[in-house]
Amino acid sequence: MRNRTGAARIHALAGVMVLVAAAGVARGETGLVFEAGHPSLQHWLLPERPPYPEDNEPTPERVALGKMLFFDPRLSSDGNMSCASCHNPMFGWSDGLPTARGHKSMVLGRASPTVINTAYNTIQMWDGRKKDLEDQAIGPMEASVEMNTDFDRLFRFLNNNQGYSEAFARAYPGEGINKRTLAKAIASYERTIISNDSPFDRWIRGDASAMTEQQVRGFRIFVDPDKGNCAICHSAPNFTDNGFHNLGLASDGGESADPGRYAIKPVKILKGAFKTPTLRDVALTAPYFHDGSARTLMEVVEHYVKGGVVRERVSPNIRPLNLTAREKQDLVAFMEALTTRHEPVTLPELPLR
Amino acid sequence: MHAIVKLSGAAVAALLLAGTAMAAEYEVGQKNKAFTVKELTVKVGDTVHFTNQDDFFHNVFSLSDLKTFDLGSYPKGEFKSVTFDKAGKVEVECAIHPSMMMTINVEE
Repeated sequence: MRNRTGAARIHALAGVMVLVAAAGVARGETGLVFEAGHPSLQHWLLPERPPYPEDNEPTPERVALGKMLFFDPRLSSDGNMSCASCHNPMFGWSDGLPTARGHKSMVLGRASPTVINTAYNTIQMWDGRKKDLEDQAIGPMEASVEMNTDFDRLFRFLNNNQGYSEAFARAYPGEGINKRTLAKAIASYERTIISNDSPFDRWIRGDASAMTEQQVRGFRIFVDPDKGNCAICHSAPNFTDNGFHNLGLASDGGESADPGRYAIKPVKILKGAFKTPTLRDVALTAPYFHDGSARTLMEVVEHYVKGGVVRERVSPNIRPLNLTAREKQDLVAFMEALTTRHEPVTLPELPLR
Repeated sequence: MHAIVKLSGAAVAALLLAGTAMAAEYEVGQKNKAFTVKELTVKVGDTVHFTNQDDFFHNVFSLSDLKTFDLGSYPKGEFKSVTFDKAGKVEVECAIHPSMMMTINVEE
C-alpha cells in the first residue's frame, strides 16, 4: 500500500521529488512525511492555549463561575434546562440526539454541536451567526425555543443569591451581573473544554506507538486529495476550515430544506451550507451532521464516498471517492485516534441562596 | 501603484479582451484562505481579477451598496473578474471562508 501510493506520487511530482530513501517514505503532493513527529506535520498541533478576548482573560475565578452557570438549570425559564442539557459531557459535550430538544422538549431543527474546541473557532454556530463564544453563550438563553430565559427574573435571582453575587464580584469586579458578564463567564469555562492530547496529537509530537498502523494509514487517506480528501475542509489544526459547505445530505432536498448559512449571508452557494465541525473527539459525539442523519462514523464515510445524495447544491469540494472497504475502515480508525482521554468532569455545587 | 505581480496566460487573454484602453487591470489572489491584499485602490472603470491559488474552491462576493456581485465558486488556477463602475468603497468576501475579507476603494 505504502509503496504503491509512494510510487504514484513520485511520478506525479515531476521534478519536485524529495525521497527519504532510508525510511522508504516519499514526500507526497501534500508535502507531508507520515512519520511520528515529522516536522512537516507539526501544523496539526493546536496552540496550547486557545485565544480569548482582551477583556476576558480566563482567570480561575471566571472559569469557576462559568462552570456553575453552565450546569445551572435555573438559567432557563422552566428551571430545568442548563447549557449542559444539550452540551452534556457524558455525550462528548453534545446530547446524543439527532437534533436538539428545547423548551418544553420541543424538537429543534439542528443537532447540538459539541463544545469541545469551540474555543479555537473563528465563527460559532452551524450557520455562523455568532462570532465568538461570548456572543454565542447568550444565544440559547435568548431563544424562546431553547432555554427561553426570563432575564429580569434571572438577574434578580443572581443578584439576590449570595453565592452568585460573590462569585460575580470575584470574577468581574465592578462589572456587575448582566448579560455581558454572564456570557463572559460561560465563555471562560468553555475555553477549558479542550481536546488536544489524543493519540493523534501524541503521534504528531513524536510518539510512534501512539497510533496503530491502521490509524496512520487512515491519516494518509484523510489528507490525500486523491483519496479521502477530508482535510480540504477538516483542515489543520482543529480539523475545520471554519468555512461553510453544502454536503448534499438527503435532508437538503425540497422547499422546506434548512437554508443554513444562506439565511445569514444570501449568497447562492451557501444554500444548505453549514459550518465544518471539528473532528477532535468525534468518536464521542454521534450522531453526525447538522441534521443528525448519520449514526456512525462509517455512515459519514459512506456518505462522502457516494459524493452526497442530493447533489443539486453540493459543494464542489465533494465528489465521489474511490475507497476500498479497508481504506474506509482505516479512515474510521483514524478518526477514533482523535479522542483525548479527559480528566473526569466534576460537577459544581450550586449556591442555593 | 498597481498590485499586479503576474498574470497567468488566461489572465493575459482576458486583459486583451477587456476593452477600455485607459482602464487598468489588477490581480488579487486567494491564497492560504486569505486575499493576497487587504486593501486595494482602483479607479472607476478598472477591472480586478480574483484568482484562486488554493487547492480548494473559493468564492468571491460583495453585498456592498455600491456594487453587489457573486462570482460563484471556482477551483485553483481559475479567476473571475469584476469591473468597478462607481466610486466608493466595496467590501469583498469569500462566502465559503468568512474570515476572508478585503476592501476595494474605487476612486473617480
